[in-house]
Amino acid sequence: MKRSYFALPYTVWMAILIFAPMLLILFYAFTDESAAGGVVFTLTNIIEAFDPLFTGVLLRSVWLAFVATAICLLLGYPVAYMLARSKSKNVTSLLVLFILPMWMNFLLRTYAWLVLLDNNGLLNSLFALLGLDKVQLLYNQNAVVLGMVYNFLPFMVLPIHSVLVKIDKYQIEAAEDLGADSLTVFRKVIFPLSVPGVITGIMMVFVPAITTFAISRLLGGSQFMLFGDLIENQFIFVQNWHFGSALSLIMLVLVLVSLALTNKFDKAEDGGRLW
Amino acid sequence: MVKRVLKGSYLALILLFMYLPILILVVFSFNDGKSMANWSGFTLHWYADLFSDRMILNSLWVTLSVAVISALAATVIGTFAAIGLHSMRKTPKAIITNISYLPVANPDLVTGISLMLLFVFFGISRGYVTLVLAHITFNLPYVIFSVLPKLKQTNNQTYEAALDLGATPGEALRKVVIPEIMPGIISGFILAFTLSLDDFVVSFFTQQNVQNLSITIYSLARKGINPKINALSTLMFVTVLLLLIIVNRRASKEEARMKGRNGRRNGVRAFSGEKAAQKG
Repeated sequence: MKRSYFALPYTVWMAILIFAPMLLILFYAFTDESAAGGVVFTLTNIIEAFDPLFTGVLLRSVWLAFVATAICLLLGYPVAYMLARSKSKNVTSLLVLFILPMWMNFLLRTYAWLVLLDNNGLLNSLFALLGLDKVQLLYNQNAVVLGMVYNFLPFMVLPIHSVLVKIDKYQIEAAEDLGADSLTVFRKVIFPLSVPGVITGIMMVFVPAITTFAISRLLGGSQFMLFGDLIENQFIFVQNWHFGSALSLIMLVLVLVSLALTNKFDKAEDGGRLW
Repeated sequence: MVKRVLKGSYLALILLFMYLPILILVVFSFNDGKSMANWSGFTLHWYADLFSDRMILNSLWVTLSVAVISALAATVIGTFAAIGLHSMRKTPKAIITNISYLPVANPDLVTGISLMLLFVFFGISRGYVTLVLAHITFNLPYVIFSVLPKLKQTNNQTYEAALDLGATPGEALRKVVIPEIMPGIISGFILAFTLSLDDFVVSFFTQQNVQNLSITIYSLARKGINPKINALSTLMFVTVLLLLIIVNRRASKEEARMKGRNGRRNGVRAFSGEKAAQKG
């Protein structure tokens, strides 16, 4: 028996459970139930998805994911940099400390902020001790962004760190020997070399941030809808699967396009890639 | 000197941001009284409540059993797939590898919805079986991509030598190839197991009445603060901590053994990166 046949069970599995479901999304997105009970081809789902009502939600999701990604980058880059350049013996344990929360269920991590930000929660009791008024901390955009940053920060630190530790230290020394001060070394040598890691980090934060529905539901409440919530709603409550599929298709295209753009950016370097 | 202090305090501040919320959950899991702001005395009764809560225990069982079954199945199917792929010609190999990337690149939400559409389209009622099928599906690529690099490192001549010495292809596979790629198979299994344990989004869409732990936590948290979740968080955090220490030990032991061979990555770091790709 030829060894390539070993992949046969997987190929069948893949065709049925990976490939066919994707085709079904396409099928549902471009069809609707006709009055007679049959299925008709239509573009109305896609057109309806571009209604300002829904593009508004999409834009808000993109914006919040963008803000969360930017904050993660600003907070995470220095962490990755310090860990990568540290000569301390404990640096591995420190790195593990930074990625450990990633291994805890993200719903529990989100719930932790629910506890902190609640109207009768710890932060508001602290405010009361200081003689301040109660502040509504939950159920707004800030709470959602905070939840995203908290959940996804390790995803930014990790890829940047793994690129930074691989930088050839002689390149840095060469720049220093040629008279560059530390800021110039960073600007002209270290940062450009770390760009692949930065891009991977951005994708690893941006994609989950733009697709989440649990974080926005728990910290943003039911009034505050993101694109992920919109899709979940269409499937679970409204049960309009044709429209839900159209929305999913738009999200999928958005994510795949950004992934393709990223791949274009770091073709040369494999350091920040996942595989 | 000033720089070092600044650096240290920045790292400490970020660590505080990451651990303080978890720490507060842990502390208040021992709080007598429902408040998450006022300490009213030490108690273990939330833990007692937790262990007598039928729904939580049941979802714990679902989570663990689905993780074991789906990780085992994905490891077996995925390992064979990797061996098959490794000896395939370029074009079919490229096609299958690229489709395998789909669940990795896809947002969880889309994977979950597409599987739900599949089950509904074929009139399969969504329950335990569909949950397991879905988990095997998203685990498979991770197993394949853990085993494939190991196969690339193996020397095909040892396999041929075994055949020349009279081993049947089955024996050669069992006694030569599989032992050589074992580290990759084990990594794939552990990765699949943890991904399955942690999954929320795909599970949410691929079952209707079989809640796993993530779904239970979600539905409880939506109703607001519940000290039982604190107790659960504490237990899960301790479990994760212990598991990670064990995995870390294993990885560093193996690293010491494998020193000198190229293509070897830091075990923990590789795991976390791969895990990260799946999250959201």
